[in-house]
Amino acid sequence: MRYIPHTEEDIRQMLDAIGVETVGDLFTGIPADVRLQRPMNLPPALAEGDLLREFKQLARQNATVESHLSFLGGGAYNHFIPAVVDQMISRSEFYTAYTPYQPEISQGTLQAIFEYQTLVCQLTGMDVANASMYDGASACAEAVLMAVRASRRKKVLISAALHPEYRETVETYCRYLDIELVTIPFAADGRTDLSALERALGKDVAAVVTGYPNFFGVIEDLAAQAGMAQGSGARLVTAVAEPIALGLLKSPGELGADIVAGEGQSFGIPVSFGGPYLGFFAARQQDVRSMPGRLVGETIDKEERRGFVLTLSTREQHIRREKATSNICSNEGLCALMATVYLSLMGKAGIREVAVQNHSKADYARRAIAALKGYAIPFAAPVFNEFVVEAPEPAAAVLGRLEQQNILGGIPLERYFGGMANRFLVCVTEQNSKAEIDALVAALAGGGQ
Amino acid sequence: MTTLGTSGLILNEKLMFEHSDPGRKGYSLPPLDVPAVTLPAPLVRNEVPGFPELSEVDVVRHFTRLSTWNYGVDSGFYPLGSCTMKYNPKINETVARLPGLAGVHPATPEHLSQGALKLMYELQTALAEISGFSAITLQPAAGAHGELAGMLMIRAWHEALGNPRAKVLIPDTAHGTNPASAALCGYEVVPIASDGVLSAQTVAEHMDGEVAALMVTNPNTLGLFESEIREICDIVHAKGGLVYCDGANLNALMGIARPGDMGIDVMHFNLHKTFATPHGGGGPGSGPVGVTKALTPFLPVPVLTSGESGYRLDYDRPQSIGRLRSFFGNFGIMVRAYAYIRTMGAAGLKHASEMAVLNANYVRARLEGTFHLPYPNRSLHEVVFSDRDLAGDCHTLDLAKRLIDYGYHPPTIYFPLVVKGAIMIEPTETESQETLDEFCEAMLAIAVEARDTPGLLHAAPVRTRIRRLDETAAARKPRLKWEG
Repeated sequence: MRYIPHTEEDIRQMLDAIGVETVGDLFTGIPADVRLQRPMNLPPALAEGDLLREFKQLARQNATVESHLSFLGGGAYNHFIPAVVDQMISRSEFYTAYTPYQPEISQGTLQAIFEYQTLVCQLTGMDVANASMYDGASACAEAVLMAVRASRRKKVLISAALHPEYRETVETYCRYLDIELVTIPFAADGRTDLSALERALGKDVAAVVTGYPNFFGVIEDLAAQAGMAQGSGARLVTAVAEPIALGLLKSPGELGADIVAGEGQSFGIPVSFGGPYLGFFAARQQDVRSMPGRLVGETIDKEERRGFVLTLSTREQHIRREKATSNICSNEGLCALMATVYLSLMGKAGIREVAVQNHSKADYARRAIAALKGYAIPFAAPVFNEFVVEAPEPAAAVLGRLEQQNILGGIPLERYFGGMANRFLVCVTEQNSKAEIDALVAALAGGGQ
Repeated sequence: MTTLGTSGLILNEKLMFEHSDPGRKGYSLPPLDVPAVTLPAPLVRNEVPGFPELSEVDVVRHFTRLSTWNYGVDSGFYPLGSCTMKYNPKINETVARLPGLAGVHPATPEHLSQGALKLMYELQTALAEISGFSAITLQPAAGAHGELAGMLMIRAWHEALGNPRAKVLIPDTAHGTNPASAALCGYEVVPIASDGVLSAQTVAEHMDGEVAALMVTNPNTLGLFESEIREICDIVHAKGGLVYCDGANLNALMGIARPGDMGIDVMHFNLHKTFATPHGGGGPGSGPVGVTKALTPFLPVPVLTSGESGYRLDYDRPQSIGRLRSFFGNFGIMVRAYAYIRTMGAAGLKHASEMAVLNANYVRARLEGTFHLPYPNRSLHEVVFSDRDLAGDCHTLDLAKRLIDYGYHPPTIYFPLVVKGAIMIEPTETESQETLDEFCEAMLAIAVEARDTPGLLHAAPVRTRIRRLDETAAARKPRLKWEG
């Protein structure tokens, strides 16, 4: 076995040094009645070349942007990933290290996380950001728990236009914590219904949770929601599933958000069938000691050189155990590094330019589809790079026909929203050329004839 | 002795923001081929304040230099106890990057993602066989996330029977994530003393009708097998409770004993420990959970099934605890773990566990005359010493820092909490006798230094780019981002 260096002679010498006869003697602490008495039933071991062939065979059975035109979004986005990102995270000093418990030999990871925290603060307009959470949905759930903890209130208002899987994740996390979740409907234009929000707010509300953009791609009126929430002493939790939008949209911090939880996959991380992704999490300075997750801080060494360490760890499970602000331990460190490399390449100009391209292309597609006979754009509010389409027939039938032309045309909404059988969510990124968009529109226009 | 650790030319590197030069670009986008439009002005931000402006070369040099300040498994021996820092096979990195796997969007229709679903199904099946559980969910993103999933299922099971119960028993050797996860399920945590190995009698004394579950780690964090586990499970079950197992230490047991056969009801795996996926500087990991048949109705949604129409995702699970995150889990990590299992096969996995245990016992044999061993029971995959016998007013932290000068990543220190000044060494199976000998010689040399020249330990590390850092100052006045 090429990963295990022991020769027969090594094993003999080591057993002698230990003072036992056989390797089996090392396991005498395990009672016989819990031993496995047969070999495990697993497929036979594969040589490296055979393994590669087998995995290529599995890979061939999946549709990707190499085989299909894709307009899939809904929380995972096909953005271009510069070659530098994978080259840098493939430095094995980065990817074969663990959590930087020994700062003197982990400064690479620590400085990169410090830079990541800074980039997240700059993008979101917030004061402090942690070293990462699992994904956007779990970050959103942690944000709800933090708001409940910090406010000592037990009611949370959730916009119906929040990504449904984020909402489901919040429900799971809150399941046994005696937290009341109340849904705030969306209005006819696809934004959260502000008058319904106003009515639901009260002195018992810990947080209002809203997407930015929301699940329909629609840009919420965050300032109005922040004002209302804070008027009742509640925190506004903003969930950002498509953070490329933050290159163009006013930052949540500027609009009054108290906690920003989001998904960083768009920043250089492959779609990879749903993970690993990157939960980012940012808050106001006053809440820093209530935050979940690891934080990296700047300090100095004995000779007054700048260095970085994990800090404020008295919030965390390894110190505080059941009183910790979260149970998280391993986070998504390498994905945070991907995002850091990506954002350092894109920089000030690139993040704006890629955001404008996404928005412009989505706008072009949206207008073209709106002009198709029988098709409608049900939500009138401005969108970023996704929008809902209403078809003249069930979305499943339309999307099924597009598949025949090797187009993944969007995500059917019926599974998430009853009564939306004819609706689907279309996403357009900088990766979709005008020709691709035109092909989508033509395929839709082709209809069932 | 020529030590592994030495000095060399290491380059300093500023923060990326300090390199920034207005007008530099590190990206390329194609010309926009549709009309450029913008949003109404009140929605649009100014440029992102403080964002860097760097060329591609700036970025590459920056991160390459940072990487050289890190120590990884590929650099050398990394005996971080309880973390199973084994070698991360390179072919696994290659297969995880195949465009047909890394490029699959999670909203791809099931019939167009059968390869990805098949891979997940085969991994589930293999993990069930390795652990002895009836069903597996791959959704949790890390070990602690798996703990949360498992404890939520335990609570849902009790709720379905009419009484959620109030307490969870956790031995004093447990990882901090265990009590934190139990608390997230609304349970009161009752710590119980274990004296190295948990006794059935202790469990019986604490067990009553309000205990929902016992959370054990087996082998425990002292590297000892919980030899009374079967009797303990019987006691908990007899009072209507369930047993959760933290599977962090599964690397000692593959092909030797299965938690599912011991009476355990729920266990999480750490694919980034036992199954050789990279730790990534702190994740991403993956924390699948195995459960007995009785708990399968409570698995998170969606549940991956196999049938005549191929592999499909079942969302119609009325008793499910719900979902713990978006989509299906850390698929890219599952690909690597499955590649590892397919490379090793059943005999290879068992051999890995045997050699992991051999290595830990070899380190123990070489060091136990010099370092204090608080629990003399037979070790499995890791061994825990204490700093009791370290001379010269030197403590575990000093030893750890001095090991860095010798060229090693230190072991886990000050954990488990039951050992004062704990030094927790987990060599894993991928280290050779030669590496272990060199490490042990370094440990023994440091013990002599502690006696003769303790200043060397107190000053350590001296060969690193920077010296010991002021953590107190970092916490007192936190500086958590660059502010120019």
